[in-house]
Amino acid sequence: MAAPTAYVESVGRTAVTSVSAVGRAGFLGVDALRALRKASLWGPHLLGQMARVGVDSVPIALFIATFTGIVLALQASYTFTGAVPLYFVGALVGKTMILELGPVLTGLALSGRVGANIAAEIGTMRVTEQIDALETLAYDPVAYLIVPRILAGAIMFPMIVVLANAIGILAGLGASLALLDLSALQFMRGVRLFFEPFDVRFSMIKAMTFGITVTSVGCAFGYQTRGGAEGVGRSTTRAVVISSMIILVLDAFWAAVLLR
Amino acid sequence: MSIEILDVHKSFGDKHVLKGFTLSIRDGETTVVIGGSGSGKSVALKHIVGLLRPDGGEVWVDEHNVSRLDQESLYQLRRNVGFVFQFAALFDSMTIAENVGMGLRRMPDFPDADIPDRVADCLRMVDLDGYGDRLPSQLSGGQRKRVGLARAIATRPKYILYDEPTTGLDPVTTAVIDELILRMSDELGVTGVVISHDMKSAFRIADRVAMLYDGVIRIDGTPDEVRACEDPIVKGFIEGRPELMAAGR
Repeated sequence: MAAPTAYVESVGRTAVTSVSAVGRAGFLGVDALRALRKASLWGPHLLGQMARVGVDSVPIALFIATFTGIVLALQASYTFTGAVPLYFVGALVGKTMILELGPVLTGLALSGRVGANIAAEIGTMRVTEQIDALETLAYDPVAYLIVPRILAGAIMFPMIVVLANAIGILAGLGASLALLDLSALQFMRGVRLFFEPFDVRFSMIKAMTFGITVTSVGCAFGYQTRGGAEGVGRSTTRAVVISSMIILVLDAFWAAVLLR
Repeated sequence: MSIEILDVHKSFGDKHVLKGFTLSIRDGETTVVIGGSGSGKSVALKHIVGLLRPDGGEVWVDEHNVSRLDQESLYQLRRNVGFVFQFAALFDSMTIAENVGMGLRRMPDFPDADIPDRVADCLRMVDLDGYGDRLPSQLSGGQRKRVGLARAIATRPKYILYDEPTTGLDPVTTAVIDELILRMSDELGVTGVVISHDMKSAFRIADRVAMLYDGVIRIDGTPDEVRACEDPIVKGFIEGRPELMAAGR
């Protein structure tokens, strides 16, 4: 009888721990909203965080977008051969990059780069008592550490995604010119064929929510870190896994809400 | 009384750490709280600045009930309390001067133009004149603790709380830190609360010594009174004799 009891206890303990972690993250979210009015604390750090979250992420985002654009063009050509006019390659590359792969692949890549970085940095500050030190020096750590990072994510992710979309389409164009029997005019005709200005707005809405997700999940896990270096490692891993999962759920959510 | 800790209880999960902790800190004195590792000394100290909230009981600082203060009032109170962390808790990405000046930037009446002078003054007090441009990673453990102390005194607080200021230091550096704590009391007139399990250091700097054992204060008195105490738990701890403590349990 001992084993089933222990199992139930373990499940119960895990459930309580999970619910309390979600609760703490919720309170942290409320604190972050309240801390928005303390602009004197987060304002001076916003530009620096925008550079770290955004500018420093451009190379990886563009690398991913470039190869995604190339593969999309080649796969579209392979699929369409003989059945659909080849200029539809441009339509597929443009539409898929803007609506789906630009924001989602960039979001997933940056959850690894930005989310992990934030969770590790804030987690280390937590276990080395630097966050307690901020509190004793009369700094609100939520306003000082968390708000500028989340705002930077909300502002910079859409910009990176717009850039990634453009580079992905250009890479698709390059691949079409170099490897397919398709001219630049034909490719761009395809891109324009199904293009709607709403697509860009949709892409940016998704990117902004991904940016908020990646930075806030990184902050929440970092802020709740316990237990030294091992705890920092655990928080970092969880931040990346959870924010990646939320990105995929949000991706489906926005498609269901805005594309119907 | 300037700081009053009354019947404080604190648990972490199943672990009941403080079980009715009561202590009065007198103005102008240095009170050293001794006790074994994991006895809850640091937990008690963090209650004074509201870094932890008690499950039961009250903590009063300057007639403010710390556990009932809202966030803004708490920050106001903290401007009067310096905290020296066990491992210094310096901000890695900032220079020593920026670390020391952090608290001053949150003082509404302190002009920004005066911060460099005050920082230099504080670094001079802890014998680290000229170290302002270095990073924390370029300093030794003892130097980092002295920077932590400089940061704590920069706002000229009424109270300074020291969380194991000499742990992990060699005897000479320990004596230097002890000397600094005494200077803070003599020159700045601050009230000090020091957490320590270094008996030599504790008796060197204390006006009063309190021992925390099993979640409550076992003894609170002058260093001579504590030294003369016949309680086997107190005597065993001070003299480092576990068999005596075991007999007293």
